[in-house]
Amino acid sequence: MATAAGRFEAAAWRPPPLIASPLLRWGIGLGFALYLAVAMGTLDINWARVWEGLDRGWAFVLAFTEPDFTSRWRDISQGLLESLTMTVVSTVVGIAISIPIALGAARNLAPLPVYLLCRGVIAVSRSFQEVIIAIFFVAMFGFGPFAGFLTLSFATIGFLAKLLAEDIEDIEKSQAEAVRATGASWLQWLVYGIQPQVMPRLIGLSLYRLDINFRESAVVGIVGAGGIGATLNTAFDRYEFDTAAAILLIIIGIVMAAEYSSSMIRARIQ
Amino acid sequence: MPLTTRDDRMIWRRRTTGRDFAVWFGWLLGTAIFVWSWQVISENTIWFFVTDSPRVAADIGSRMVPPAWDYLSRLWQPLWDTINIATLGTLLALVMAVPVAFLAARNTTPSVLFLRPIALLIIVSSRSINSLIWALLLVAIAGPGVFAGIIAIALRSIGFVAKLLYEAIEEIDPVQVEAVRATGASEGQIISYAIVPQVMPAFAGISVFRWDINIRESTVLGLVGAGGIGLELQASLNVLAWPRVTVILLLIFATVLVSEWVSARIRHAVI
Repeated sequence: MATAAGRFEAAAWRPPPLIASPLLRWGIGLGFALYLAVAMGTLDINWARVWEGLDRGWAFVLAFTEPDFTSRWRDISQGLLESLTMTVVSTVVGIAISIPIALGAARNLAPLPVYLLCRGVIAVSRSFQEVIIAIFFVAMFGFGPFAGFLTLSFATIGFLAKLLAEDIEDIEKSQAEAVRATGASWLQWLVYGIQPQVMPRLIGLSLYRLDINFRESAVVGIVGAGGIGATLNTAFDRYEFDTAAAILLIIIGIVMAAEYSSSMIRARIQ
Repeated sequence: MPLTTRDDRMIWRRRTTGRDFAVWFGWLLGTAIFVWSWQVISENTIWFFVTDSPRVAADIGSRMVPPAWDYLSRLWQPLWDTINIATLGTLLALVMAVPVAFLAARNTTPSVLFLRPIALLIIVSSRSINSLIWALLLVAIAGPGVFAGIIAIALRSIGFVAKLLYEAIEEIDPVQVEAVRATGASEGQIISYAIVPQVMPAFAGISVFRWDINIRESTVLGLVGAGGIGLELQASLNVLAWPRVTVILLLIFATVLVSEWVSARIRHAVI
């Protein structure tokens, strides 16, 4: 009897579920199924049009096997040049503005009013999509890479200042205190007590942001803010899939190269 | 430790002379690239528009208030579409990302030489192309509408989810896998009893995190015709209906805040 019960137990064992409460588990499951049913019901999809598009989709996949770099090379190279220069300038300017804001947004350095102001700037910069910001900058500053440069710089602030401020808040206090104990001024305290502790992270974040900015620079062109995105948009509008494939391959290549080299540099620094 | 001797005294230095020069040239090169890049941008800019921008900004600002609140009633349907694009896109991405992640993780991939590079290539291609570009592509292929948006979100999210998930899989505790294997479990059983329970919390966290990002991204997909509230934004911008733009932006802002709050709550509960 004991062995039979033991075997029964062994057969019935199941791994514990992720959500312990059965009511909550079934509730979430049921709610989700209900949502799916409603969502699928209200979705307005033209399946005939999708079916027609399959040929074109296949044509696009085929275009990747013979991308056309040459026939629009002038447009592509101009777009790439704009994208790359926008990336460089906006990253440098973004970092330069981010550092003082990060200092202000670190609670262990800044008084409360400055802290709130800087956190507010970060929140505004983070809450809107780059593309929406780009639309406004294009409306204000006209078409071209200048609007893109401003967009990316603005987006860099939210990203870099937030992460850097969090790093400054996590520093080793004793080192900063030791520098202060030598009678250092506020600026000396900053340079010798805090800057060496956050520098590896700052370099890592900057490289990462350089990477992101290049990816984003390919997007802001769609709304007219310069860069390779405009060229890509035109290629799709003309259904020139081979040119589009070439541009996408270039973007993927550059992103891969940037990611690889930045991870190498970060591994050496940190 | 590099030292210099001056007046018969040893002075500490941070770097050797050679390294000092190397650093200096590094800065020189960086500055040169920056200045040259700025010149390129400057050449391609019409400076009249830039100097004119304060007036334009004030003009747009004055046109944006008061917001056209009655327009709000027409925005619920597009907003619902936007949420559906994000949610269904995320679901689709999860379904596709899980096998890719298991193929990409060093400790679960069946072949390190052949399948792992393919999985990594899928991850990189999906990650390096923004969802707006995926949407551009899919609108050209499948026509404008919600469908293109869902697929665009899904394609962009595969790389993100798969990357974070395969890193979580590589970081699991191998002892548990060994213990399950020692009982004579098959490969499938090892995955479901030793690996899945370990990565499940990470998976849930990643999914909700990506859903939150996708809500943000799906608000702008309409700009290229892929459905959702971005379509209304595009339409209002095209006719310069700035009071409507204000309402749309405020609605997007509120949606993003709510989704961020939901995702933070869920992640807090799971992790």
